Amino acid sequence: MTFLAKSTPKPPRVQGAGRVLILVYGILALGATGRSVYQLSERFAEAPLAYSLSALSAVVYIVATIALIAPGRAWYRVAWSTISFELTGVVVIGTISTFAPGLLGLDGVDPFGQQSTVWSVYGAGYVFIPLVLPVLGMLWLHRHHPAGAVLAKAPGGA
Amino acid sequence: MIGWFTIVVVTIATLSGVLCVVLGLIGKAPNDLSMGGTALVALLMFAQLVITIVAPFAGNHPTGSLFEFYLYLVSAVLLPFAGGLWALMDRTRWSTVVLGAICLAIAVMMVRMSIIWNVQGA
Repeated sequence: MTFLAKSTPKPPRVQGAGRVLILVYGILALGATGRSVYQLSERFAEAPLAYSLSALSAVVYIVATIALIAPGRAWYRVAWSTISFELTGVVVIGTISTFAPGLLGLDGVDPFGQQSTVWSVYGAGYVFIPLVLPVLGMLWLHRHHPAGAVLAKAPGGA
Repeated sequence: MIGWFTIVVVTIATLSGVLCVVLGLIGKAPNDLSMGGTALVALLMFAQLVITIVAPFAGNHPTGSLFEFYLYLVSAVLLPFAGGLWALMDRTRWSTVVLGAICLAIAVMMVRMSIIWNVQGA
């Protein structure tokens, strides 16, 4: 991250508190990726839908982390899209996993169990960070849009 | 995993995390206190790595997946170094908050690791 930020002129959103946001995104991307690599490689047959969602969320967190670091309008839009997608994911999957875990092929409601994803029960297994982070991310993006750019509209609202 | 060691690590990582976040928010750039706290957490994670390598030979086996356990452990060993490097290169108060966030993340990861080792397969 540091090297990326050094090699190009720093966009405003990489400074100050934005760095903390990027770091937390990075950790979440790491956690989601690690978990999904394990789930896909050792237990995929158990709950294919839930584990595929886990992998999808991992990819989206990685793209969101990169989009927050990378400069330019295009990446700014990518950041909005991925972060909106995450908020949608955590709300939708959070609701389904809490009230109808069977739809995802899960045995029950357990945010800490082997079958859980980062989005299960609104991210309870990750101290609800997956629920809070997209909101903070949107606030941050809203206040740090690239100079001169038309403010991108968030599909999920801010 | 060793029960009391897990408790020590989670306690120290949480305290160090809260300390760094507070120091950062009151405007301190990374200093000996925040870097020291993070270094201590890094050292403890190294100790946990050694414990994890040795434990199966001493008859202490995980109930859950050792592979998943190592995914967490390797991340937790590397994170303080990434944060420390960041703090050395970027000497602003936000780097101190970053150190704190890393320590808190390690505390959470340690709890997850303990669940994988002790509870998951049961």
